[in-house]
Amino acid sequence: MTWRPWGGAGLLGRERTVRKEEERRRGIFTRRAAVLGVIQLGAFGFLGSRLYRLQVEEGARYATLAEENRVSARLFAPPRGRILDRTGKVVAGNRLNWRALLVAEQTADVRATLETFSKIVPLGDHEKARIEREMRRNRRFVPVVLRDFLSWEEMARIEVNAPDLPGISIDMGTTRMYPETENLAHVVGYVAAPAEADAGDDPLLQLPGIRVGRAGVERFHDRILRGRAGAVEVEVNAVGRVIRELDRREGIPGQDVQISVETELQKAVLAKIEEGTTAVLLDARNGEVLAMATKPSFDPNIFNSGVSAAQWRQWTSTRSTPLINKATNGLYAPGSTFKMMVALAALDAKVCRPGDTVVCPGHLDFGNNRFHCHKRSGHGAMNMRSAIMASCDVYFYEMARRVGIDRIASMANRFGLGVDLDIELPGTRRGLVPTRAWRQAQGKPWSIGDTIVHGIGQGFYQLTPLSLAVMTARLASGRALQPHLTRAIGGRPQRGSRPEDWPNLGIPDADMRLIREAMWGVINGGGGTAGIARLPAQYGQMAGKTGTTQVRRVTREQRERGYNVNAVPREWRPHALFVAFAPHDNPLFALSVVVEHGMAGGATAGPIARDIMVEAFQRLGPQRPGQRVAEVTR
Amino acid sequence: MIFERRLLTRDRGAGILEKFWQIPWSFVVLLCAVAAVGYVALLSAGSGNPDTYAQKHAIRFGFGLVLMLGLAMIDIRVIARFAWLGYLGGVALLVLVLVHGNVGKGAQRWIDIGPVQLQPSELMKIMLVLGLASWFHRASWEKVGNPLFLIPPAIAVLVPVGLILKQPNLGTALITGMVGAAVFWAAGMRWWKFAIGFAAIGVAAPIAYERLHDYQRARITTFLDPESDPLGAGYNIIQSKIALGSGGLWGKGFLQGTQGHLNFLPEKQTDFIFTMIAEEFGLVGALTTLTMLLLVVVFCYLVAFRSKHQFGRLLAIGLGTNFFLYVFVNVAMVTGSIPVGGVPLPLISHGGSAMITVMLGFGLLLSAYVHRDAEMGPMRE
Repeated sequence: MTWRPWGGAGLLGRERTVRKEEERRRGIFTRRAAVLGVIQLGAFGFLGSRLYRLQVEEGARYATLAEENRVSARLFAPPRGRILDRTGKVVAGNRLNWRALLVAEQTADVRATLETFSKIVPLGDHEKARIEREMRRNRRFVPVVLRDFLSWEEMARIEVNAPDLPGISIDMGTTRMYPETENLAHVVGYVAAPAEADAGDDPLLQLPGIRVGRAGVERFHDRILRGRAGAVEVEVNAVGRVIRELDRREGIPGQDVQISVETELQKAVLAKIEEGTTAVLLDARNGEVLAMATKPSFDPNIFNSGVSAAQWRQWTSTRSTPLINKATNGLYAPGSTFKMMVALAALDAKVCRPGDTVVCPGHLDFGNNRFHCHKRSGHGAMNMRSAIMASCDVYFYEMARRVGIDRIASMANRFGLGVDLDIELPGTRRGLVPTRAWRQAQGKPWSIGDTIVHGIGQGFYQLTPLSLAVMTARLASGRALQPHLTRAIGGRPQRGSRPEDWPNLGIPDADMRLIREAMWGVINGGGGTAGIARLPAQYGQMAGKTGTTQVRRVTREQRERGYNVNAVPREWRPHALFVAFAPHDNPLFALSVVVEHGMAGGATAGPIARDIMVEAFQRLGPQRPGQRVAEVTR
Repeated sequence: MIFERRLLTRDRGAGILEKFWQIPWSFVVLLCAVAAVGYVALLSAGSGNPDTYAQKHAIRFGFGLVLMLGLAMIDIRVIARFAWLGYLGGVALLVLVLVHGNVGKGAQRWIDIGPVQLQPSELMKIMLVLGLASWFHRASWEKVGNPLFLIPPAIAVLVPVGLILKQPNLGTALITGMVGAAVFWAAGMRWWKFAIGFAAIGVAAPIAYERLHDYQRARITTFLDPESDPLGAGYNIIQSKIALGSGGLWGKGFLQGTQGHLNFLPEKQTDFIFTMIAEEFGLVGALTTLTMLLLVVVFCYLVAFRSKHQFGRLLAIGLGTNFFLYVFVNVAMVTGSIPVGGVPLPLISHGGSAMITVMLGFGLLLSAYVHRDAEMGPMRE
């Protein structure tokens, strides 16, 4: 086609202009289009170089990344080790847990399937809400637990109705179970979902539904009980669905832990005590904990499935604090049970000889203060043995004054008071045995008056029932034994069950003999404070010491008006304490009993101690506790 | 009004058959080859099952081919004459999609026309080129130099850009603006006006950004820097780079791409189809595909240089730039070079809108080629 003239011939001049313009415009267009073309060609070149860089230069790196993408290592939890008691009885075990799971993508209508399921196994409203929440949160191929702990009957009904329940399957898992419920809760502890702080280096803890020990032996031996995670390498797609299994590595199952507590003895002890009472029974030769009972207690099974807010409120709002193990966390002034420490400190410091007497007129005057003896009329002349037997306060005021607080504290520390103990119960408190330096660190001076008060176990002392039991066992054995619970791990007996495993305390035999004889006298001698605690003859004789500790200070005014402890409110009444070991000449058992607001150590705590001792002899006496490690079976 | 009726009627006599032979069949074969690459890639995206994506893709391409060849037969002068109608129609559709369109990925993007989903923003780019080419067709160098003459086409660009921004679809809005700018450039707008224009945008953008609400800013930040959102858009880019890189020189083989087949690649059948190709066929496959797409752009330039009329030239350069921007933005995106999303790879990605509009554009291009010597009337002073 050719250029056709526009209009008539008269427009020829204009046509030429137009043609010239057209040429000019075309030239400009060509240049500009060329610029555009070069830019676009350059852009393509850039893309090519970019591809070269990604695919060739960095290709190897990305190939690795693609492989990592594809392969995912998944952990699975090994079975948790069990906790066995002294006789091999399971006190923390694993129960098979049959549960119903629903995979959303395997059913056409989730709502309808749930509806059918709840006709077979009724679901509560809160359960439905939980299921819907998990359904929303998870991807459609992730199984959601509809119901835990199915009964045989429920399982049978689900299986029969399987055609109407698309996407629902029954799965076997395990859950922690404590058959002794409240009886051993404070010793065994419990498991629960790991806390934020627990999530350390063990990848196992990231598994959903994993439980870790949160208290007691469960917590202390958590690593051993937990075992090592198994792993399976699987090929996954982008949303994490497993396409196939590539490799599998079995985990290491958790090991069984056998503890020294005897369940039946523990139950017997619990039967002897009331709310607010704590009793700790040790093997006096090696420090094994045979029973550790405190009331009230709790059911550790509740923690496994999650504690409801109402339950938690109930536990934490009461004054009796069921969750707290008062044997290791309750703090009490030791009262007169501490007097053996003062006596030993005095002997050690050579500030008196055993036969030296102190006359007790019923009080000791020092400076402007008068320190009373519990016997207002006075004990008369007292030597060390009779002072312990009669629990004469004035004698020990005087001894404390002579020996000084720091030497008393150091003796107490040697007997396990106010120091950390090696018990396998996390959170055990050290307690407090005051020293001059401790008081000065608080910016307060220490006076001789303070020392005098501390001579009878009053004042700043804060000691756990466990540490008092340890003191007693050390007095009985003369060895620096530690209280412990673990007898065997994975069937292998642990160190510490033989007396020779523990070093000698290094107190002169004569001193120890004197104290033991005096403690024997407390129960069996004339003029002792706890004749009521005498054992039936067939079990031999028990040695012990009473203690009564004021909860409130009794003022001089009150004392002059005639202070009657029976007339004051219960929570003002003094605590009753008793420490004892038996038999006195070859000690097997050492024990401490603390009865909160129990009034008088001898009258209240003494009979409890006696009854517990009888139970111990009946159950463990003939075979001798600690001789034999029970067979550990899986 | 603009075109002489007499000439139109005379040219119509050239005969459909004669025109049909004028069609550059090598270009049609090239398009078929590109679509075939798309078919193979979509076959892989569907894990070897053609029913998933590939079959639909082939049918759509077939439909597009017929549309393209049909449009090629229409006289370029008719097209030029009704260009403004096409433009207004495009704007009307954009308004329509804003009023009641379907929301996809947080933006109103398409409307349903019977069984077909149409993204008016795709169509708008073609219509904008058409409208601008018609506007500048008869403008002399002097006329283009007149700022007043530039105001109407500038508005014609800004209106659809604004509407697309409102969807919101920043990526397509930018591409639309750039296509418009390319036509302005080719039409002869003075370079210093370009400089001023870009400078003005450079100054205005931060000010506009300042005036935005925090949530709007956050949207732009994520949009511009997907790595700041590694589980959202950033995840896609990272996985795409892994897929590309692990493809290596020769690729993992057809259907062997782990990234794509294990679904690490998001949107593998649409925006990330190029990644699929690069993973399975390596650098060789990727560069081959890229070269084929480059040839399509080159053809647009050939049409532009061979056209005797400014309308055809501008149309071809605009359509070529549009196609180039599709390819560049898409490939740059999947290689993690630029942080833009939502742009398909034309003729290869799964999806009807882009395929139909691209083929429609090529229909216009072919018409410009077939009628490259047509008499289009004189320019105005």
